[in-house]
Amino acid sequence: MQVIDEDGIRRSVMRLAHEVVEKFRGAERIVLVGIRKRGDHLAARLARAIEEIEGKKIDVGFLDITLYRDDLRGRLDHPELKSTEILFNIDGKILILVDDVLYTGRTIRAALDALADIGRPSSIQLLVLIDRGHRELPIKADFVGKNLPTSSTQQIEVHLKEVDGEDAAYLIDLEGS
Amino acid sequence: MGRMLPISSTWRVRDMGSPKLQGRHLLGLDGISKEDIVMILDTAKSFREVLDRPIKKVPPLQGKTIVNLFFESSTRTRISFELAERRLSADVVNFAASGSSVSKGETLKDTARNIEAMKIDMVVIRHSSPGSAHFLSRVVDANVINAGDGEHEHPTQALLDMYTLREKYGTLEGLRVCIVGDITHSRVARSNIFGLRTMGAEVSVCGPATLIPHDIEALGAKVYHRIEDIIPRVDALNVLRIQLERQQSGLFPSLREYHRYFGVTIDRISKAPKPITILHPGPINRDVEISADVADSEHSVILEQVTNGVAIRMAVLYLLGSTN
Repeated sequence: MQVIDEDGIRRSVMRLAHEVVEKFRGAERIVLVGIRKRGDHLAARLARAIEEIEGKKIDVGFLDITLYRDDLRGRLDHPELKSTEILFNIDGKILILVDDVLYTGRTIRAALDALADIGRPSSIQLLVLIDRGHRELPIKADFVGKNLPTSSTQQIEVHLKEVDGEDAAYLIDLEGS
Repeated sequence: MGRMLPISSTWRVRDMGSPKLQGRHLLGLDGISKEDIVMILDTAKSFREVLDRPIKKVPPLQGKTIVNLFFESSTRTRISFELAERRLSADVVNFAASGSSVSKGETLKDTARNIEAMKIDMVVIRHSSPGSAHFLSRVVDANVINAGDGEHEHPTQALLDMYTLREKYGTLEGLRVCIVGDITHSRVARSNIFGLRTMGAEVSVCGPATLIPHDIEALGAKVYHRIEDIIPRVDALNVLRIQLERQQSGLFPSLREYHRYFGVTIDRISKAPKPITILHPGPINRDVEISADVADSEHSVILEQVTNGVAIRMAVLYLLGSTN
């Protein structure tokens, strides 16, 4: 079942960009870091939106959290390592961490560990397109595109043009679980 | 030395195409698939980035214990492995043959089993006997990585050579690489020939007839005996260290003569139609196999090889060690 369409995603990104510049009264010191492999494309879109609003270039970085996962040891297959590209200094910056879906919070925990090895931002804020609940760690988002109550037998899939050829979010019922 | 018996690789990708190396050891590049090599090189690229961070350490091997068993002296390979292990957060134990129980006559098997009884997860072994890493992989449960076994193989060195070339040229397919020097006694040459051929490169070897095995062409490498003939035909030269003891055993008359006929000099490489990349596994003998001005020139990627070596070893350790 489609829960967000192309226009919905575009409007959410636009609104989130406005919320970010409103909260920090501009884009001074703001940098964006997206978690691979959809948060990175969202971060790039947000940066373009903030640049339009503020007329200022925003640094965007991409983070691969594979090495920091807490389930690495138990997995049978190696998740593919992708590269981390943060080509600017994050020290003293307001770092907006961007991901598509917030669920258990474990990805964000791993991302915070990874960021701590790269630098020391003055603050880290969490921005997600969809918050679906079911946290397993004390983590909460600062900016949310859409709150979507789900059951744990359901799955949320975000599709983005850069990866999947379309912009949409789907709620999928997993059978037999 | 004749061609060694083919030893089947214990490192295979699972059929389903999932990114997982099924084998538990890295013993050599003989028989390893292209997909496996690509996976190691791609993984190393991610680790190469970690080495440029202010904190050059990531957690995937936390709680693993690795022993570096070095029965043969080595500085760069041992330090490179140790750095790679520590940067993956493993606990590291070093063992050097001198001053150990080996000098009291203990066999490799007993040494290994005793060390394993101390609950070791991975073993990195350097030994002067060909096949020692294979042997070890059969008698212990830990993951075994070959860091050089006699004149047989030195897989991580060849992988880092290939990584360095791939970074420079984008692909290894069709790349023309010549290995220069003592091919007969070189594990680096053998591993490079296996790996580069699998990746679709054109491999040749060049050196005095006394230092080239007569059946090397069976491995798919063309043979040249004049360095002037090969230089116009290659993209890269991998220059091997000439070991001084080879001259004492009469395989070539003198180091000066070797340099005159086979030394890689600026004069020689400037005759190439396009710039040639110079690799060397180190440690270099300046003005023997390579002239000092070449080693310090922009042709040389010798120091990049050293940096990439840490990333390659991190990739191999990560791929073998983080799943059991």
